Parts: sequence; C-alpha cells; structure tokens
Amino acid sequence: MTGFIIRRAFQALILIKCVLVFVFLLLHISGDPISVMLPEDASQEDEILLRKQYGFDKPLLTQYGIFFGKVLQGSFGDSFETGEPALGLVLSHMPATIELAGTAFIVSIIVGLPLGCLAALRENSFLDRTCMIGAVLGQALPGFWLGLILILIFAVNLRLLPSFGYGSWSHLVMPGIAASVFHTARLARLMRSEMLEVLRSDYIITARSKGLIESLVLFRHAMKNASIPIVTVLGLDLALTLGGTVIIETVFAWPGVGRLTVEAINTRDFPIVQAAVFVLASVFVLINTIVDILYTYLDPRIKYE
Amino acid sequence: MKKGQEDLEYLIISKPRWEDDLPPERNWLVRLRGSLWQQKSALFGVLILLFVLLLALLAPIVAPFDPDAQLFSRAMKPPLTVFEGKILVMGTDHLGRDLFSRIIYGSQVSIIVGFFSVFISGGIGLTIGLVSGYFGGKIDYFLMRVADFVLSFPFILMALALISILGSSLFLIIFAISTRLWVIYARVVRGNVLSLKETEFVVAAKAMGGSPFRVIFQHLMPNVLPAVIIIASLYLGRMIIIEAGLSFLGLGVPPPTPTWGGLLAEGRSYIYVSWWIVIFPGLAITFTVLGTNLVGDWLRDVLDPRLRTR
Repeated sequence: MTGFIIRRAFQALILIKCVLVFVFLLLHISGDPISVMLPEDASQEDEILLRKQYGFDKPLLTQYGIFFGKVLQGSFGDSFETGEPALGLVLSHMPATIELAGTAFIVSIIVGLPLGCLAALRENSFLDRTCMIGAVLGQALPGFWLGLILILIFAVNLRLLPSFGYGSWSHLVMPGIAASVFHTARLARLMRSEMLEVLRSDYIITARSKGLIESLVLFRHAMKNASIPIVTVLGLDLALTLGGTVIIETVFAWPGVGRLTVEAINTRDFPIVQAAVFVLASVFVLINTIVDILYTYLDPRIKYE
Repeated sequence: MKKGQEDLEYLIISKPRWEDDLPPERNWLVRLRGSLWQQKSALFGVLILLFVLLLALLAPIVAPFDPDAQLFSRAMKPPLTVFEGKILVMGTDHLGRDLFSRIIYGSQVSIIVGFFSVFISGGIGLTIGLVSGYFGGKIDYFLMRVADFVLSFPFILMALALISILGSSLFLIIFAISTRLWVIYARVVRGNVLSLKETEFVVAAKAMGGSPFRVIFQHLMPNVLPAVIIIASLYLGRMIIIEAGLSFLGLGVPPPTPTWGGLLAEGRSYIYVSWWIVIFPGLAITFTVLGTNLVGDWLRDVLDPRLRTR
C-alpha cells in the first residue's frame, strides 16, 4: 500500500514536470515567440530588448534550463501589464476559483445524490420521470448560458441579486448554480442507475427476505454499495469543476484564475498564461492522484498495480 | 478502474457480449435499427440532430435574411416585429442584423467543429488504442504516458493554452479540441483490445498466421467500433458546448462569422436592453446538445447491453 502511494505520488510529480515542459514549449510552437508576445505597435528597439530579456537568442535547451531554474525559485516572470510576479498573481486568484468550484461541487452532491436515490426508489413514478427529464435537460444546458438566464431573471428583471462581482453570499448564488447544473444532473442520473442495479442484486433480496426493516436495507446495504462507483466520478467532478469554471467566471466577472487567464490571453500577457496553465493543471493532477489513492481504501478489490 | 480519469472509461470497458450468433458488426447495426422505433427519446434525438444538420446544410436557402446585412433602421427590434412586410422571428441585434438568420448560419460552425473534432480524434484515438493494446510493451508504455499527460489538462484549459499561442480559426479550434479528445477513445479502445486479445477468435486468427495488420483491422476493429461510436456520440454535445464557450470568450472562430457562442457574448453586452439575444442562441445550443445526448444515450444502451438503464 505504501509502495502504491509512493509510486502514484512519483507519477504525479513526473506529470507536473511534463506540464512544465509543455508550458515552456507553448511559447515556441508558433515558431518565433517574440512575434506572439509583442503588441502590434511595438518598435524595433522593444523587440531587441524583449529578445535579450527572455534570452530567445540562446539555444532552446539553455532557455529551458533558465526557465526551469526560475520556476524552482517560484517565478514565472512578471506580468507584462502590471509588472507583478505572474505566479503570485495567479495564486492570489486561486481562492475565488476554489470557492466557486467548491460551492458547485457541494451543491451537486446535496441536490444530485438524493434526487437520484429518490428517483430509483420510486422507479417510473411521476417524480422519477420529472427528475430524469430535468437531468437530461441539465446535461444539455451550457452552464454559462444558464448563468446569463439567471442574470436576466434575478438581476435585470427582479433586481434581487447582483449580476456580477465577488464578496458576499448573494454574489455566489448565481455562479454557484450555473457551475453546478451539469454535474448535478449527471450525478442524479448516475446515482439512479447505480441504485437500480444494487436494488436488484441478490444481497438486497436476501436482506429483505430475512426481514430487515426497509430503511436499514436502504441505508446500510443499498446506498453504501451504490456509492462506490459514485466516488470515482465525484473525484473527477471536483477536478473538472475547477477547470470548468473558466467561462462562468467570465460571465459573472468572478475574480478567479479562469477569468485572469482569459484576460491574459486577450492582452497577450504570457507569463500569466503560463503560470495559470501550470497551476490549474497541477491542481488537476494532484486531485486525480488523491482520488486514486483514496479509492483503493474504499474498494479493497482494486489492485495496487 | 484504478484511474478514473474519465467516467466513460470505467463505464465502457467491458467484454463484448453478443446475444446471438450473428457476426457482431452486423448484429449491432440490426439492433440499432430495430430499437429506434421503440424508444421515443431516441427517435426524438435523431430527429433533432437531422433537423440541425439540414439547417446547417441549407442555411442559405432557409435563412430569411442575409445574416451579415446591417440596417440601422431595424436595430434592436424584439421578436415577431413586422418590418417592411417581413416578420423578424427572433428580433434583431444592435446593428440590425436578423437574429433568426444568424442563428441558422451559426449552426454551421457548431456542427462542423462538433463532428470534425469527434471524428478526427476518434480516428486518431482508435488507431493509437489498437496499436497500444495489440503490441503492448514499450510502444504501449510510451503512448499511455502521453495519454496520462494530456489527461492532466481539463478540456477548456488545453484549448485555451493552445489557442492563446496559435490564435483561433475553424481549423485550430478543431485541432485544439482534438488534442485532448483522442485520449478518451485511445484508453477505452486499448482496454477493450486487452480483453479481446485473450478471446478465442483472436488467438485463433493469430495462430493461423494472421499478420498484425490483418488481426487488428479484420478482427479487433469491428469489435471496438461500438465503443468508439458511443464515445463519439456522447462527446459530440460536450464539444459543441466547448466550442460555444470558446466563441463566447471571444476565442472561437473570429467574427463576422456568426457562432452561437459569439451571439451569446453579444447578448451579454446588451442584456439590459434586449433579452432575445441572450435567450435564442442558448436555446439553439441546448436543443442541439439535447439531441446529440439522447442519441448518445440510446447508442450506449443498445450497443453496450451491460450499461442498459431501464
């Protein structure tokens, strides 16, 4: 077991290293990085200065060495726009992103799982049908459009909630819903089908036939087993919501990493793009690794190989 | 199931279980046709998809106006306004362009990006999965490490990273999406091939001296094709949403080409003035994605009996 954890952590480290190489090469795949970085009205002197500053005249491997050395010291260079250290800027936007993704994640669990369970227990009832139609629609709905609709209803027409911004609970309501709808819908459907499968299994029939009370059958036997596959998907969802809030952050002017990245792309502020891609991908790798490790604890049938 | 990177992978990896003795490739086609008329939701999905495909194809004939024609005298008209004897079904934008026509033309980009990215990455993923699973060893190790690496990026992030450097055009968006998407096919196909390799008919084909090329394309490919089709249909909708998202951020196919995401971005700027520019393009996206998802669910239910949800 310890061996597995160490091996898995080592794999994660290698992946993060690969992400770093990718982030470095990103600037070079278009051919001449200078042409991408320079604003359109830049003069000849600017170009030479920038080339010197970034060492683009040196061989690629040397450049990577310098880049890697700087990263080890915690530096991705400074933002072109504000002159602040890029990594610090990205990290300072991280809490807002985590807050939004975390809210979406929790909402999807609180709403999605019970609905899926209920739908399975009352199979083919009106409630089941309504939930499943809602879930199918929810999976087709682009989160950022739902965000716009919510703004239209609650901010523009009813004037109940602020249409953008960050800080209080009321700011979190609409982005939270918009970011969670897809995952809620998917969790509800998944939970329903897992429960249906479990409810038909032999051990549930046994539990019932030996006269256990229904609530005990459901909570101790059914839900526990139905939730094992759900946990993998949950881990994935947590990672995906972190990456998926980019567009919703833009809709609500939410000061997270996603919006920062999009703005940086528009202003060609490459140190920030590099730092943001690196940080988000690393977090993604870390969560996946932790989920993998946790999963082996939950389901002992999984091999460590 | 150890690496639950994508939920689909753990859902789909299963040995093929054909219920009768028909050759599998004919079998599933027959089953598909038979079940379409039994499942209302599937039929609905297929009809939606055909409708949108036709709309994209026949846009120049169907659209009542030139989607780029600006006319300031008809700017910001709400839906169903009658203007010079013609009905503006979905209203107009701030430049007086007809929203209905723009949405019809917008379907072209969504359909092209959706289908091309799903098919191109399907082809690449299928090939890599077959090679990786069949040959194993160092090739497999290398390809799967590349897959692991690509999987460490969420879809949008990968697309943003590539587009930030390469800029955006129709081709580059398909490229950026496919860079991430092929992995999902490759891993599922590889998993299927690994279990198929142990089956009698593949062992027999190899024992009879079948070349790797022959075994892969004659015997393995027909059996993993259903999985590929399922993934393609389930991811088609998501790719359409991602394209719309990129266009919404202003990183999609550049204007003046109308895209649903681009229209939504426009609607966002005028949200206090004109609700219709926010509503209709989003409805178009949801409707289309609903169609593809219904088709995807149906294909999964029919092609992979293990996953059938009642």
